[in-house]
Amino acid sequence: MQHARKSLKLLDGATFSRLVSESLLRLNPHWLARNPVMFVVAAGTLVTLCLTVADLIAGRPWGFTLAITIILLFTVLFANAAEALAEARGRAQAESLRSTREQLVARRLLDDGSEEQVAATDLRIGDRVRVLAGELVPADGEIVEGAASINESAVTGESAPVLREAGTDNSGVSAGTKLLSDSIVVSVSVASGQSLLDRMIALVESAKRQKTPNEIALTVLLSALTMVFLMVVTTLVPFASFVGGAASIPVLVALLVCLIPTTIGGLLPAIGIAGMDRAMRANLVAKSGKAVEVAGNIDTLLLDKTGTITHGDRQASDLLAVSQCAPHRLRDAALLASLSDPTPEGKSIVGLAKQHGAVLTADEATRFVPFSAKTRLSGVDLPDGRRIRKGAPDAIRRFVTENGGSYPDETTVLVERVARGGATPLVVAEDAKVLGVIPLSDIIKRGIKERFQRLHKMGVRTVLITGDNPLTAAAIAAEAGVADYIAEATPEDKLEYIRKEQAHGRLVAMMGDGTNDAPALAQADLGLAMNSGTQAAKEAGNMVDLDSDPTKLLEVVEIGKQLLVTRGALTTFSLANDVAKYFVILPAIFIATVPAMQALDIMQLNSPATAVLAAIIFNALVIPALVPFALRGVSIHAGSADSLLRRNLLIYGVGGLLLPFPAIKLIDLGLGLFI
Amino acid sequence: MRITASKAETKASPRADANWFHAMRAALLLMLLCGGVYPLLTVSLGTLMFPHQATGSLIERDGKLIGSALVGQPFAAPGYFHSRPSAAGYDPFAVAGSNQAPSHPDLRQRAQGTSADLAAKHGVAPASLPVDLIAASGSGIDPHISPPAASLQIDRIAEHRGMARDAIAELVADHVEPSVLGILGQPRINVLQLNLALDAMTETQ
Amino acid sequence: MNEVILIYMAALLLAWPLGRYLASIYAMEPGPSDRIFAAFENRLYRFIGVDPQTSMSWKQYGKSILKLHLIIAVLALAVLMLQGWLPLNPDAIGDMSWDLALHTAASFITNTNQQHYSGQAQLSYFAHMFAIVSMQVITPAAGIAALVAILRTAFARRDASALTADGAVVVGNFYVDLVRTIVRVMLPIALITALLLSWQGVPNTMHGAYVATPVDRTAELAEQRIPVGPVAPMVAIKQIGTNGGGWYGPNSSVPLENPTPISNFIETVAIVLIPMALVFMTGHLTGRRNLGLMIMGMMLIMSAALTTLNIWSENQPNAAFAGLAAAGPNMEGKEVRFGATATALWGSFTTQTSNGSVNGMHDSFNPIGGATLLMDMFINATFGGAGVGLINFLIFLLLAVFLGSLMVGRSPELYGRALEAKEIKLISITLLLQPVLILALSAITVAIPGLAQVSNPGFHGLSQVLYEYTSAFANNGSGFEGLGDDTPWWNVSCAVALILGRFIPILAPLALAAMLAGKRVAPTSSGSLCVETPTFALLTLGVIVLFALLSFFPVLALGPLAEQLTLAG
Repeated sequence: MQHARKSLKLLDGATFSRLVSESLLRLNPHWLARNPVMFVVAAGTLVTLCLTVADLIAGRPWGFTLAITIILLFTVLFANAAEALAEARGRAQAESLRSTREQLVARRLLDDGSEEQVAATDLRIGDRVRVLAGELVPADGEIVEGAASINESAVTGESAPVLREAGTDNSGVSAGTKLLSDSIVVSVSVASGQSLLDRMIALVESAKRQKTPNEIALTVLLSALTMVFLMVVTTLVPFASFVGGAASIPVLVALLVCLIPTTIGGLLPAIGIAGMDRAMRANLVAKSGKAVEVAGNIDTLLLDKTGTITHGDRQASDLLAVSQCAPHRLRDAALLASLSDPTPEGKSIVGLAKQHGAVLTADEATRFVPFSAKTRLSGVDLPDGRRIRKGAPDAIRRFVTENGGSYPDETTVLVERVARGGATPLVVAEDAKVLGVIPLSDIIKRGIKERFQRLHKMGVRTVLITGDNPLTAAAIAAEAGVADYIAEATPEDKLEYIRKEQAHGRLVAMMGDGTNDAPALAQADLGLAMNSGTQAAKEAGNMVDLDSDPTKLLEVVEIGKQLLVTRGALTTFSLANDVAKYFVILPAIFIATVPAMQALDIMQLNSPATAVLAAIIFNALVIPALVPFALRGVSIHAGSADSLLRRNLLIYGVGGLLLPFPAIKLIDLGLGLFI
Repeated sequence: MRITASKAETKASPRADANWFHAMRAALLLMLLCGGVYPLLTVSLGTLMFPHQATGSLIERDGKLIGSALVGQPFAAPGYFHSRPSAAGYDPFAVAGSNQAPSHPDLRQRAQGTSADLAAKHGVAPASLPVDLIAASGSGIDPHISPPAASLQIDRIAEHRGMARDAIAELVADHVEPSVLGILGQPRINVLQLNLALDAMTETQ
Repeated sequence: MNEVILIYMAALLLAWPLGRYLASIYAMEPGPSDRIFAAFENRLYRFIGVDPQTSMSWKQYGKSILKLHLIIAVLALAVLMLQGWLPLNPDAIGDMSWDLALHTAASFITNTNQQHYSGQAQLSYFAHMFAIVSMQVITPAAGIAALVAILRTAFARRDASALTADGAVVVGNFYVDLVRTIVRVMLPIALITALLLSWQGVPNTMHGAYVATPVDRTAELAEQRIPVGPVAPMVAIKQIGTNGGGWYGPNSSVPLENPTPISNFIETVAIVLIPMALVFMTGHLTGRRNLGLMIMGMMLIMSAALTTLNIWSENQPNAAFAGLAAAGPNMEGKEVRFGATATALWGSFTTQTSNGSVNGMHDSFNPIGGATLLMDMFINATFGGAGVGLINFLIFLLLAVFLGSLMVGRSPELYGRALEAKEIKLISITLLLQPVLILALSAITVAIPGLAQVSNPGFHGLSQVLYEYTSAFANNGSGFEGLGDDTPWWNVSCAVALILGRFIPILAPLALAAMLAGKRVAPTSSGSLCVETPTFALLTLGVIVLFALLSFFPVLALGPLAEQLTLAG
C-alpha cells in the first residue's frame, strides 16, 4: 500500500511571522528554565545587557558589549525558533485534521431508539452514534452494527475505500473519515480530547511534551558539562588577575556561551519533536515519545507474511496428479470444486484448469460446499453422488479416511515437495481417493529481501508469522531472508514467542489488528496496531498505523534509530566545536596583558573584538544551520553499528573539531570590513 | 562468623555484613602485618644479605666515619673536585632541590653567579661549562658529577696539588661509572670517592 | 631512548603474567598459591570475624571500605601526633602539629602520599612503619579490591554469579578481596623489590642516623648526619602500591632512596607494574580478552604521547641557563646518575599512575614538561592508581558508550545493560567533581592574598597552586615542591580534595556497577555498539582527551603555556 508522503516546506511566510512571535514569547524565564543550557545563555545575555546599560550611563564605550548582548540574544532566539518550528510543523498537520472534526455533528442514539443531534465534542465513551452514507464519522470508535466502505483519506491520505464491518477484526473507525455506503452504528471508544489525534498533538507541543528517557539522560550530561564550563570561566577571573592579566566580564560571558553545549542544548527539544513529527508524516501515531525511542532498540520484529513479505494473493501454479489418477481427472475435479469459490485462490484454480483445457461448467444440481472452519474443506457435491473436496493435506486425509479410503504415501511426498518449494499445497480428493496436489504460490514482494538484509545489518532479527505449514514457512523464510518463522501461528503462539524473546532480553515489535492480537500487542515492547483494527488492538498497542500497512514496522525502527543518532551526532558536534573556540577567545582575552598569548592565535584574527564576535556569531549561526539536520534527522546509512559509528565520528566528531576554524576565520574577515 | 546465612541461602552466596567490629579488628591486624611484620622481616633479611648496604654504604677512613658513598659532600678547597650546586648545603637532613622554575628570576641570578665563578676559576667561556655544574641537583646531596664536569677541574687540581695532569686524568677516567649495559643511567663520577682516591694518591707520593 | 623502550618492555613483560596471576586470585579459583597462602588467610579471616564465603551488597562493600579507612586514619593520626612519646625513635623526633598530621593521615589513607613534611627529619621509625608503610600496603589493596568488585559485577561475562538467589546484587566480600590482595600480591612483590633495592644500597636497618665528618673541612659542613632506617621496605611499597610517599623529602632523587641506575630501573618498572597488570587482569577476569587489550592499547597511546613530549621537553636546555652553560638537557633539580630522559620518564609514569614519587624536581621541569605532568593527572586514567585508575578509565568508557550508542541509534547500553538517567547522573557527578573542585580550590587560593605561598612569581606560581590541588584530587602526591604548603589552609583544603578525590570515584562507580548488574541483559547484535573495536577505542580516547582539555585548557594556557611562550619569546 502506498501512502501519500506529506512534505511541508521548511518555512513559508506565515509560519515565519508566527515563528518570530513564538521565539519571543519563549524568552519567558519559566519556559527557559526547562532547558538548563539555554537558561545559562539567557542569564548571560541579561548580564551583558546590564553592563551595556551601565557603560552607557557611565559614558564608557558600549558598542562591543551591546554587540555581544545582541548576538547572545539571537542565540537564545534561534534555539527558541528551532523548537517552535518543529512544533509548528507537527501541529500544522495535526490541526488540519482537527479542524475537519471540530465541526462534526453526531446522531446520538438514545435508549428508546430515537436519535438526537449533538456536537461531536459532546460525545462520551460508550455513546452509540449512527452514521449514514456520505457522512463523516464523528468520533473514534468501533462499528457495532453493519458494515460500510469508508474513505479514510482524511487520516491516511489514501483515497481508495476500505471495508469496515462489525464483529470482525476490521471494525475500527476514526473520526473524520467518510462513509461511502450503507449505514453503521458506532460505539464511541474515546472521549473527546483523548482521541489519537489529540494525543498526537500533545506529543509535538513542547509545553505538554514529556521528555523521553534518553532525552533526560542527555540533559543530565549537558547540565553537568554546563556546570564544568561555568566553573572554568568563573575561575578564570582570579587566575588571570593572579598572573597580572585581566578579563572583561562581557568577553567571559561570551566565552562561557561558546563553551557550553548550546548547539545540542538549543536543538534538543526540536529533535525530539521532529522525531514525533517524522513518525506522524509516515502516518504513525505514537502514544508516547518513548514508544518512538524504543523503536530504535528493537531486536526482533514479528512480521505477518501476508501483506508484508508477500502480496497475499496466492495463485495456483500447477496441477500435480498422483500416479493412479489421470491428469485431466484432477484438472476437472479442481475446476468443479472451485467454480463457485469466490476467493482469489479459487479463481486462480479455475483459470489454471481452463488453461489446461478444462471446459466443464456447473450443473444445476451441483451443490457447492463452502469452506468452513470446522472441516477446513471446500468443494462440491455432484448430482451423481461424487463428492469432490479440496483443502489442507491433514483435512483431506481425515476426509479420505472417513470415507474408507487411504491416504497414499505418494501424496505426502508431493505435498512435501510443494511445501519445500515455498508454495502452499492444496490437496484434491474425490470421496475415498486422493487425486492430486495443487501448489498455491505466493509472490514475495520485490525489494523485501534487501530490506531485511539492511535490518539484519542493523542488528534486527526478523521473524515471519504465517498460518502456513512449517515447510512452506521455512521455504518462504529462506527466500525472503528472515531469521526465523512461526508456522501455523495462532495469537497465543505470537504471545508465547514474544515472551520467549523477552526472556532473552530482546525487545520485540509486532503489528496486529485483531482483538485476539491484543494480548501480544500489549506484551510486545513496541505494539503497532493497525488503524483498521479493533479498538482492543488499538488500546493494547503503543503506536497506531493510520495506513494499516504491515511494512510500516520497518519504518518505525528506522525513525527510532534516526532520533537517537541525531541526538548523539549533534552532541558530539557541539562538544568538538569547543576546541577551536578556545583558540579564538583565550588569546583575545589575554593578548593585552600577556603578550605571549599571541602564539595561541593560530588563525591570525583581525582583533580581539572581532575574534570574540566571530566566535559567538558562529556559535549562534550553527543552531539555525543545523535545524534541517534536527528536523529531518541525520541520515542513517544502514550498516553495522561499527560502520555507523565510524561514519558519524568522522563527520560530526572530526568535522566538528575542524569546521569552526575556517568558519570563524571567514566571519572574522567579514567583520574586519566593518570594524 | 556467619551472620545472616541460613541453610536455605547457602547455595547462593550468603550475605556478609559490614560492622564496626570487623573494621576495627581488620585495621589493627593489617596495620600490624603491614606496618610491623613486613618491614621488620625485610630489615632482618636485608641486614643478613647486604650488611654494608643496609646501614647506608658508609665509608670510614682511619677508623673514622667520613661519610657515605651515596651521599655527596661539599668541597670548597681548590685541591678537591667540587660537587654540584646544592639547595641543601649537602645536609642529608635538609635534603631538597631548588624547586625553582626556569622562569624564576632567582634561578637565573644564581646561575649567573655560579657560571661566572666557574668560568673565572677555570679560565673558560661560560657557554662551555657542563650544565650539571650550573644546575642544582634534585636531592641536594647528589654524589656524582658528569665526566666533563670532572675534566674541567683537572687542571685546577693538578696545579694546586702539584701533581701531573695526566695522573689525575687517569684517576678520573678510572672513576667513571659507565651506563649499565650502555643503556641504563648516565656516565658519572662519585666525587667523594674520587677525592678520597686523590688524597690517597697524594699520600703515597 | 633505549632506556625508555627497555623500561616499557620490561614493565609489560612482567605485567602480563602478573595480570594472569591477579585474575586467578580474584576469580577465586583454587590454584597452587592456595597451598602457600590459604591457611594463613583463613587465620586472618577468623581473627577479623568474617566468613570468606559470604558476599556483600555494594553498600556493605562501600561501608566496609569507609569504616576500615576511617579507623586506620584515626590510628595513624594518633601515631603521628604522639610519635615523640612512642618507641623506635632513635633520632628523637617530636610530635606533628594537628593540621600537618591531619593532612598526612588524609594523604596516606587516600593512597596519595602528598607530603607537606620531610620524612627523614619529621617522622620517627615507628610512625614511618605503622602509620605510613601500613597505609601504603592497605590503601592500594583497597583500591584494587574496589576495581575487582566493579569488574566482576558489571563487566564480567559470567554475570549471573553477581546475583544472589533473592535477586539482590552482591559485589563480593571486601575483606576477602583486601586480604587476598595484601597477602598474595602486595607483600610478596614488595618484599622481593625491597631486597633488590637493599642490594643496590637503599638503607635497611633499625639503627639511627650516623654522624660523619666530611672530608673537606673548608666547606663549612662540620658534621654530616646521615639519616637511615627501614627505608627499603617503604621505598618498595611506595613504588609498588602507586603510593609515592618516600622516606626522604625529595623522594627517589635522594641517592639513599634510589642509589643507582639499576635501582632506578627497578623503581621505575615498579611504578607501572601493578597498574599495567590490572589492565591485563581485566581481560582474564571478565572473560573479555579484547576489552583488556583495547584498554591497554589506549592507555599505551596516551602514555607514549605525553611521555614522549615530556622527554623531548626535558632534553631542551633550561631557559635560565641560556648563555651560562653549554647547551644540554634541563638538569636543574635532576640527578647526574639518571639524566634528563630517565627523570622525565619517571615523571610521566608517576603522574600517569597517580604514584607521585619523583626522582627529580617537577617544579624545575621546563614548562611543557610540567604541562604534560599536569595533563597526565587531569586524565588520571593512563594506567592510573592501583585499581582506581582503571575505575576512572571505565567511567570515561561509560561516557563514551553513552555517546557512541546514541550515534549508532541505540539506547545506551553496556554489554546489554541500559545506561539511563540515573547512571548518567552518577557518571556526571564523578566526572564533574574533578574540574569543579580543582578549579574552585585553586581559584580561592590565588584570590585570597596570603593563602598561596608560592615560591615562583607569575605564571609558574599559578602552575604550582594548580599542580598541588590536581595532585591531591588525583591522589597522586607529587608536587611543585617550591610551594610553602605546610600551612593550615593548604593542609586542610588539600585534605578535602584528597578525601573527595579518593572516595567519590570509588563509591560512585561501585554503586553504578551494582545498578547495572541489576538490570535486564539485552543480547548484543550487530546493531548494538561494540566496545571492543578500534573505532570505539578512538571515541573513548577522544572523550578522555577532550574532557581534560575542555576543563583545563584555560588554566593550562595561563600557567605553563604562558610561561613557555614568555620564555621562548
